[in-house]
Amino acid sequence: MTPPSETAAAEIEVEADFEELAEKKPWYIRTIEMARQQPLAASGFVIIIIMLLMAIFADLLTFFPSEDNDLEYMLAEPGTIHSDLELTFLLGADQFGRDLLTRIVYGARTALFVGFTCAIIGSTLGLILGVASAYFGGWFDLVVQRVVDVVMAFPLIILALAVVATLGPGTQNVIIAITIPFIPQCARVVRSNALAIREIPYVDAARALGFSNARIIMRHMVPNVMAPYLIMLTSFLGQAILLEASLSYLGMGVQEPTPAWGLMLQGGAEEFAESAPWVAIWPGVAISLAVFAFNLFGDGVRDTLDPKLRSR
Amino acid sequence: MSPPNEAVAREDAQFRGVPTDDVLIDLKDLKMHFPVTEGVFIQSVIAHVKAVDGISFKIMKGETLGLVGESGCGKTTTGRCILKLEDPTSGEIIFHGQDLMNLDDKEMVEVRKKIQVIFQDPFSSLNPRMKIGEIIAEPMRVHNIVPDEEARNNRVVELLNTCGLKANFADRYPHEMSGGQRQRVGIARALAMNPEFIICDEAVSALDVSIQAQVVNLLEDLREEFGLTYLFISHDLSVVRHISHRVAVMYLGHMVELAECDELFDNPLHPYTRALLEAVPIPDPDLENGRAHQIIKGEIPSPINPPSGCVFHPRCPSAHDGCKKEFPEFREVKPGHWVACTEV
Repeated sequence: MTPPSETAAAEIEVEADFEELAEKKPWYIRTIEMARQQPLAASGFVIIIIMLLMAIFADLLTFFPSEDNDLEYMLAEPGTIHSDLELTFLLGADQFGRDLLTRIVYGARTALFVGFTCAIIGSTLGLILGVASAYFGGWFDLVVQRVVDVVMAFPLIILALAVVATLGPGTQNVIIAITIPFIPQCARVVRSNALAIREIPYVDAARALGFSNARIIMRHMVPNVMAPYLIMLTSFLGQAILLEASLSYLGMGVQEPTPAWGLMLQGGAEEFAESAPWVAIWPGVAISLAVFAFNLFGDGVRDTLDPKLRSR
Repeated sequence: MSPPNEAVAREDAQFRGVPTDDVLIDLKDLKMHFPVTEGVFIQSVIAHVKAVDGISFKIMKGETLGLVGESGCGKTTTGRCILKLEDPTSGEIIFHGQDLMNLDDKEMVEVRKKIQVIFQDPFSSLNPRMKIGEIIAEPMRVHNIVPDEEARNNRVVELLNTCGLKANFADRYPHEMSGGQRQRVGIARALAMNPEFIICDEAVSALDVSIQAQVVNLLEDLREEFGLTYLFISHDLSVVRHISHRVAVMYLGHMVELAECDELFDNPLHPYTRALLEAVPIPDPDLENGRAHQIIKGEIPSPINPPSGCVFHPRCPSAHDGCKKEFPEFREVKPGHWVACTEV
């Protein structure tokens, strides 16, 4: 066995000193520091957390039934008191007498479920497709990229509408419809990053070590394109929520009586925009706030993970 | 320390550190032409970059063959062809009697265990998302060299120690280490496969001089200990002279000279080799001023359209008309001294 040379030993000692100096701060201090650096992202994150809590504890937070009609209180003004339940319609009631606040809280469930599912599935499939496309290159890359071109040629909403029109409405189909246009978007961005990584010697080293293609893609390339992946994922969250609301509004998405923000804007909201504006305002605010929060958070993630874009 | 394999474990004094006469790898007329393509859908090949254009040499078991030449002469491509990281255009790469050109991916995996590589840049040759321990253990796990996890961890520590690193480095990430330390990790990773043959592709060029000496000494010690064979690709002639038994000189994809190390440095025959050696500065101003420099003129020609005949003739001080017509045969002018020049 070769003894380490003296210089190398000295070098190791120096390294050890550095390690002691760089003490790790507790997580809450690091969180506060990050929030100070990125106040907008932090506020977006807080709104997301509130919405998540709303979605998870919807049963505990609301007292009105979320799906039952109560025509006696049709279009009740905010502040109206329900005489039987002895509850106040804080934000008013819709054209079927359902409490708006209750439906917005339950609507967060639909919105976040659809948003997270679509964003995670869409960007993950895009990640694998993009890295594989970059790694294999050649005709595989060519075919994948031309398919991506074709899919990306359609605006998101048109493509989603086409998918829903084929599959029919319903929450599950909405998720499929929104996920499909996300895959090529993520694949395109990830591919360009993976192309650069493919040329880095550690990928050559992995090939020289006789690793399988699947292992090289999953263990050596995918972890190194996490930054664009996470950036795409967070930007998809807001887009997915907006798309779901749009599809529901157009009647191609989530169906009554499931509470969904886009659905609440449909029908009564248009009809009673003047006489009962609260029916349209509050779901609109919920959608805007959710998309705004996710976009702020997504920008923060991008700034943190991709410092090159920060100055723009 | 367990020996890499039984063949080299022989406590044969003659075997240790001294090259043998057994041919380990035999390159015959290796060519690597990269196509230059045009067009988006229907790609047409408009030219070829002749990165390696018909080189032949043998590497003996236990020796270090230095491969030198200026940037772009094809020395790295030669290494990559042997590793099958590139798919050579033609030629034979005979390793243990098998032509690597004819092996499919599955058969190649077995060969890959025996041929390893150390890369130039220690900063990009390690996956930044993996800990050092994982980097070294991964090949042993994937190829079932050490199936037991505890034994594998012990082996990682053993390899780290062999390469002059402490055991606690296994828990670090590459970015927490210096260049020299990373290069040692790269060496440890290559050794994890118990290879017979290691291609050192500019393995010390990216390190500063004091670290270079350490790594070169480490490589020499490892060769003696495990009976390794090296192809040492470098543009640094002093390092090559220190480490190599034989040295090969490449120019524009061709082999121009191959000889024993001292023979080549003391008695260079090819005009290009002479010019290359004269370009090495001597760290003594008086001697340096008194030297008769013969600086070769012009730029290295494009490998897409190499000169006719001897590729060196446009820059050669002793070229004549005959050089433009025919590429000189790579012939043995003295025992063990091969030159591709008609004037020798």
